[in-house]
Amino acid sequence: MEKKFPKIAVKNLHKAFGNKVVLDGVDLEINQGESLVVIGGSGTGKSVLIKCIQGLIVPDFGSIKIDGKESVGVPRKDAEKLYAKMGMLFQGGALFDSLSVWENVAFGLIENERMPKKRAKEQAVEYLHQVGLSSDVADLSPSELSGGMQKRVGLARAIATHPDIIFFDEPTTGLDPIMADVINDLIIDSVKRIGASALTITHDMASARKIADRIAMLYKGKIVWQGTVAELDKTDNPFVRQFVEGRSQGPIKVEL
Amino acid sequence: MLKKYVENFLRALGRPLIAFISRLGELSIFIARAIFNCLTPPIYLKLLFRQMVDIGFYSLPVVALTTVFAGMVIALQTNAGFSSYGAESAVATVVLIAVTRELAPVFSGLMVAGRIGAAMAAEIGTMRVTEQIDALSTLSTNPFKYLVTPRLLAGIIVLPLLVLIGDVIGIFGGYTVAIYQLQYNPANYINTTINELQSIDIVTGLIKGAVFGFIIALMGCYNGYKSKGGAQGVGSATTNAVVSSSILILICNYIITGMIFTK
Repeated sequence: MEKKFPKIAVKNLHKAFGNKVVLDGVDLEINQGESLVVIGGSGTGKSVLIKCIQGLIVPDFGSIKIDGKESVGVPRKDAEKLYAKMGMLFQGGALFDSLSVWENVAFGLIENERMPKKRAKEQAVEYLHQVGLSSDVADLSPSELSGGMQKRVGLARAIATHPDIIFFDEPTTGLDPIMADVINDLIIDSVKRIGASALTITHDMASARKIADRIAMLYKGKIVWQGTVAELDKTDNPFVRQFVEGRSQGPIKVEL
Repeated sequence: MLKKYVENFLRALGRPLIAFISRLGELSIFIARAIFNCLTPPIYLKLLFRQMVDIGFYSLPVVALTTVFAGMVIALQTNAGFSSYGAESAVATVVLIAVTRELAPVFSGLMVAGRIGAAMAAEIGTMRVTEQIDALSTLSTNPFKYLVTPRLLAGIIVLPLLVLIGDVIGIFGGYTVAIYQLQYNPANYINTTINELQSIDIVTGLIKGAVFGFIIALMGCYNGYKSKGGAQGVGSATTNAVVSSSILILICNYIITGMIFTK
């Protein structure tokens, strides 16, 4: 019954900051269990898009339905129930630096599920193992970890609350190619394991090809193309071609 | 002709005025949200306690140092100014009134504003620009309840206690100068202090403390919460927090004194 609805359905979403139009009518659907990657250059509104879906930014108008339920323009309490199903891996990790690594991972368990500390720590260590970290790091503070390790802890924190939908904000940015691939594998692995739907924004094409079931391209606040990875290589959409091949000449103008 | 001048004048006035009013509106909404979240459960008691220790206990040295010297200097100046009218009885009274009504609250407020207001703005501002506040939301935790409420409540609870301690230390400062430097009679000094002590003096200081605590935590949290644009944004948030809370403390101090002591 519930399967009839797409997991997330975004329709005609608009957002402007002052005179600057960031989202100009975005239409996007993510199906149950699907991994969608949104590609696009810097400043095309990718981050604003996922922040709108998560309720961190209120869109000007448009519709965002999660499991068929509207989250824009409904009372805050109703919307929060929808947001509670979401998890997010932030670009910089966004780990709480006043807490230790395991307290970060167990944050949702302790604060929302009221799990006793001892059990929460055991669970946190379990999640750290899942992302390939040993229990030695559990008591360190986040600032003592390398960038790749912080991303892993962020991933462990995101999956610890068993979300239905996970967002990845440029998961491989700032990592070396090998660590980036490790993170890609972890993303695929962990999303499959908990059976979640995933929405990733990135401009790393290698990462996009690897983790995507479907790819959508955002340019100037609109989705200009979407399709599977196989279709990505065949399409003659000039925006996609320019972006995938990384040329400075083409329909996409870099705003200097 | 005149119409044109007026128009231009209004235009020049317009932009900063609109910016000011929208800022004021933003602050009002922030205050309303903060107070609403202070009055509704859940309250994070552990965080509240940690903030109380941070704001209260660790501010004791600076508050003690500033109030003791404030009391001492008032004793010296009163002695100098009143020497021709029988300074001995005046010094104790003036020290008592000056310290309890004005100096202890204001100095505690300003010191804590510098120490804690800056730290709050820097910490919350860094959390903002590194997306930690967004991360709290995605983990179904209300960032207001987690960050702002404990600081506001701690400020309101702890500052009056600091003022009370400042009162005692400030009066003690005046006493040491009067006895050891000015060679007054200790028994007379203590007697005068106790006889002149009125509850209104203490209560005023406590009210001021609570108000100042609210201002410090509010400006620290507000400026941190709204900061944007990386390290520079956090830096200016910190400056704004200290400057605005210091100015507001001095203005509110005048207003409260005016309300209580002018009849």
